[in-house]
Amino acid sequence: MKLEMKDQPGQLVAALKPISAVGGNIIAVIHQREATTPVEGLDVQIVLELPEGRLDSLLELLREQGVSVVRIGEERLLYECTLIMIGHLMHTDISDTVDRIDRTGSAEVTELSLVMPAINSPSSARITIRSTTRTEMKKAIRILREVAREKELLIIEPLEGA
Amino acid sequence: MMRIAILGFGSVGRGIARAILAKNLDITVTGLADSKSGIIDAGGIDLAAALARKENGGACGNAGVSPADVVAKADYDVLVEVTPTNVEDGEPALGHIRAALRRRKHVVTSNKGPIALAYPELRALAEESGVFLKYEATVCGAIPLIHAMQEGLAGNTISRLYGVFNGTCNYILTRMAAEGLTYDQALAEARELGYAEADPTYDVEGIDAAIKLVILANTVLDMRTVLDDVERTGISLLTPDALQLAEDQDCTIRLIGEIVPEAGVLRVSPRIIEKDHPLVVEGTLNAVTVGTDLAGDLTFIGKGAGSTETASAVIGDLLYIQSRHVQGS
Repeated sequence: MKLEMKDQPGQLVAALKPISAVGGNIIAVIHQREATTPVEGLDVQIVLELPEGRLDSLLELLREQGVSVVRIGEERLLYECTLIMIGHLMHTDISDTVDRIDRTGSAEVTELSLVMPAINSPSSARITIRSTTRTEMKKAIRILREVAREKELLIIEPLEGA
Repeated sequence: MMRIAILGFGSVGRGIARAILAKNLDITVTGLADSKSGIIDAGGIDLAAALARKENGGACGNAGVSPADVVAKADYDVLVEVTPTNVEDGEPALGHIRAALRRRKHVVTSNKGPIALAYPELRALAEESGVFLKYEATVCGAIPLIHAMQEGLAGNTISRLYGVFNGTCNYILTRMAAEGLTYDQALAEARELGYAEADPTYDVEGIDAAIKLVILANTVLDMRTVLDDVERTGISLLTPDALQLAEDQDCTIRLIGEIVPEAGVLRVSPRIIEKDHPLVVEGTLNAVTVGTDLAGDLTFIGKGAGSTETASAVIGDLLYIQSRHVQGS
């Protein structure tokens, strides 16, 4: 998320305060004066983790502080987890398998590599899931485990979590 | 001089006998039995002769002497119980261990069945009789994991314990990853080399690893668990494609046993793991990481099976007992 604010003392603090107020976690703050920035403005990029549904209230608080948000980054899914699935992936409707995770709204399948072997042999796929929070990732993996049980697929999880 | 009786004269029993012959351990064997025969000799059994008889396809002793006779009648300080594991009811080893403890004899075993199934009872019996019950060889062969956790890491809280507990599976997965073999091809190769049994179920379905988790949970982590508590997935459905998909990301797949005491997690399952991770060991090796609060993470790597290697764990237990307390010496 990229914020633009007035170049006055205390402005950075004013921009950061509301983030903790809404339960957000600041991951990085990058600020630099650029030639393209208007003289009275200061560009600050803040990378942060935010509980679900708090973005609107954060933007509201920032506006009250006189901080204008230039751009909200599109990369909102911070956690990534790659798993491998083995089984009759096509016959058990792989798009449904993917959809069950995407439907959560807070986790989604961002990559899928499928290897098709000989007819009637089980196929293997690598699936990458991204989510907004660790809790959501755990939930997505739980869903995938349920789907695997139902469709008799083998799920290989990473040793270390998301 | 410590006197011992050995039950079981297969790979482990013979490994112990060879080590006693080769090294000056101050141990005399006064009782010996395999499934078909036995010898009792208070003056000390001629181990070299017994080994020669067994290796020529014969019995180790006399057909009229049973393992129960050796347990009940031989004159020994420590019973060394090294017969094959029975995961159903632990018998006949469980009965023999009980009988020896009741006779106030120390017991050292490599047999997973009795320890996984009846540890609290056996431990109480040993305490009542004022003797030791040691079982280092039940988990990860030569690696002194139990000793390290009970002695070296005493006072630490274990937050997580995880690793490669089954050499057969590790061999199969290593070969599938290295050569692109199918599961069946790698299993056939493991059988040819003597790493897998004719019926590989016990290893490849993760039962062996799960039993080791139960033993660690019950004996060193103060948990009360049974085999059915372990969430278990084996490796028999793995495909070369799956290993290649892992490889594409500089990862591989290993069968990992995992205990998280606080969360009550007991799990054996194939997992994706970075190739440079310390638990990625080759061939039949075992590797275990213990996560602790004071000592940090410790990783143990070593041979998880084999005649001499398992004998090493048994002898370590015997000498532990010898150094602390031996009756009649």
